[in-house]
Amino acid sequence: MAIRSKTFSESYHEDIMVFRTIWSRCWAGVFIVALVLLPFLGDAYLVYLVNLSCLATIGALGLNILTGFTGQISLGHAAFLAFGAYTTALLGGEWNMPFWVTLPAGGAVAALAGVAVGIPCLRLKGLYLAMATMAFGVVVEYLVITWEGLTGGVRGLYVPTLTVAGYPLDTDEKMYVFLLIVTALMTAAAKNITRTRVGRAFVAIRDRDVAAEIIGVNLTRYKVTAFAVSSFYAGVAGGLYAYVMAYINPEHFTLMLSIEYLAMIIVGGLGSILGSIFGAVFIVVAPEFIKLFAQSMESVIPALEGRYDLEWNIAVFGLLIMLFLILEPGGLNAIWVRVKTGFKNWPFTY
Amino acid sequence: MHSATSYFLELVVSGIAVGSLYALIALGFVLIFKATGVINFAQGEIIMIAAFIAFYFITRLGLSFWVAFPATLAIVAILGMITERLLLRPMLGEPVFSVVMITIGLSIFLRSLSGILFGHDNQVFPNPFPKEPLHLGGIVLSHTHFWTMIVSFGLMVAFLIFFKFARLGLGMRATANDQDTATLMGVNIKKVFALTWALSFVIAGVAGVFLANVMVLNVGIAFTAISAFPAVILGGLQSVPGAIIGGIAIGIIENLAGGYLDQIVGGGVKDVTPAVVLFLVLMIRPYGLFGQEEVERV
Repeated sequence: MAIRSKTFSESYHEDIMVFRTIWSRCWAGVFIVALVLLPFLGDAYLVYLVNLSCLATIGALGLNILTGFTGQISLGHAAFLAFGAYTTALLGGEWNMPFWVTLPAGGAVAALAGVAVGIPCLRLKGLYLAMATMAFGVVVEYLVITWEGLTGGVRGLYVPTLTVAGYPLDTDEKMYVFLLIVTALMTAAAKNITRTRVGRAFVAIRDRDVAAEIIGVNLTRYKVTAFAVSSFYAGVAGGLYAYVMAYINPEHFTLMLSIEYLAMIIVGGLGSILGSIFGAVFIVVAPEFIKLFAQSMESVIPALEGRYDLEWNIAVFGLLIMLFLILEPGGLNAIWVRVKTGFKNWPFTY
Repeated sequence: MHSATSYFLELVVSGIAVGSLYALIALGFVLIFKATGVINFAQGEIIMIAAFIAFYFITRLGLSFWVAFPATLAIVAILGMITERLLLRPMLGEPVFSVVMITIGLSIFLRSLSGILFGHDNQVFPNPFPKEPLHLGGIVLSHTHFWTMIVSFGLMVAFLIFFKFARLGLGMRATANDQDTATLMGVNIKKVFALTWALSFVIAGVAGVFLANVMVLNVGIAFTAISAFPAVILGGLQSVPGAIIGGIAIGIIENLAGGYLDQIVGGGVKDVTPAVVLFLVLMIRPYGLFGQEEVERV
């Protein structure tokens, strides 16, 4: 057997494997065990944060498929989350449907909305697409506020507790197990979409759409698919969000949320599944550190006392977007890969 | 019948007044796009910051409006050059997505920073214009709106001449057309970019001061720029007259929609109309009324 060094592939099959070495399999196993043990080891707040990270991961995966892999900028991701959240809330609340109807229905409604936006937006790209999706987000936000008969307007909607086979998931720990399973399934699905024919078509469109069309990628079909898949993910994330929060109102689904999701995929890494997870966790957890930092600064600069509020987070998100794009366009994922290959190839790190 | 007509006219006139503000904001967008091919999503925040700077100059330092106004413009011009140097220069040659996201990042950063620094209270900008409205042949108009129109129109003419005849204006157009060729022809691209951003921020500053006169001054006036997007798209991203015509058109459409549809669907139509118009224009004619259609080659 030849001695292998560095990372290279001998066949296409090897190129698209999920776990390329025995070690990545082991580490994935360790990660899963750690996740399962978390509720027993960590406190309730940590579990709650991981729950939020799970939601954010699903939403970020969706946006990354559309923006990171297919290269279609979307500033309207919050609108798709709203579609999912409101569908879930209405079906679950008014008609008492179980979760295995409400969540897929939320995803499906969002996916339909995605197709409805995707088809007219086929001609647009870059700046123009960003504007169009932003306008769509504004219109949906307006509809949610105005259509009080359906959405409850600014008063919002209450969402019943998620019940699995008669067993209510009324604490964060119980919710955690459910979210973990759904997130794992969605992540596996996303990984598989991106490493197959469809995923390669997406990447081809991102890299050069005209060239992709010439080598036989059906632009119409794959762009609409990307929109549909992406908004399906957003819809499911929105539905889960509704269950976790137990209450939704239009203020949750503004342009700011879309930008927050963009921040996740930029910080995590565009066009990377692992990056979506990194970014989602990072953006969910970052406010905790910002808060800690602000509070520790209070003793140094007394003028800051009690000045911490949500605006600090947004300012830091803005700063993070700019810093990552300028200094590390590949995001946390690129850093991770660099560190990993550094260790793997040591001492020949070039 | 008569009252219906006068209601309509009233809506149109106040629409033109609002529209001239949109036109002023749109001009800032067009200038940057024309020279660098970038849409600055942070334009609204610059407008807001300029308004606050002028406000503090007048209220805290006790400067007169006619001193505070140019001083504000000088400060935002410097801000423009700093922004270009720190954020946009490193992004030369990067994909559109990254550049768009940089300006979006800048926008939310500046907006929340302003929220932290300036607070969220409504301020009343000391109006330099006379309070009583102008009467121009039966049409009633506030002084501020009148001057906004004059200034937008004046700036439009100035920029048309600038782009057509001035050396720097030509340089900007050349840079927008093809950066490599422009460099080869002796255009100093770095200088062109820095000056473009400075000029665009100055226009934003003018818009900010006028806007603060018309509306209450708070961090939220940054969102006015989002309503001005449709103006730029409708007029065409490369077109200076397009910005003015688009701005006024959006102002009128928004006012008419608000005036007639609000009773039917119940409020808020005015805020959502620009977004709907934006979406429709992008569907039908993405390059706008006077913009250039993009031709693609592999």
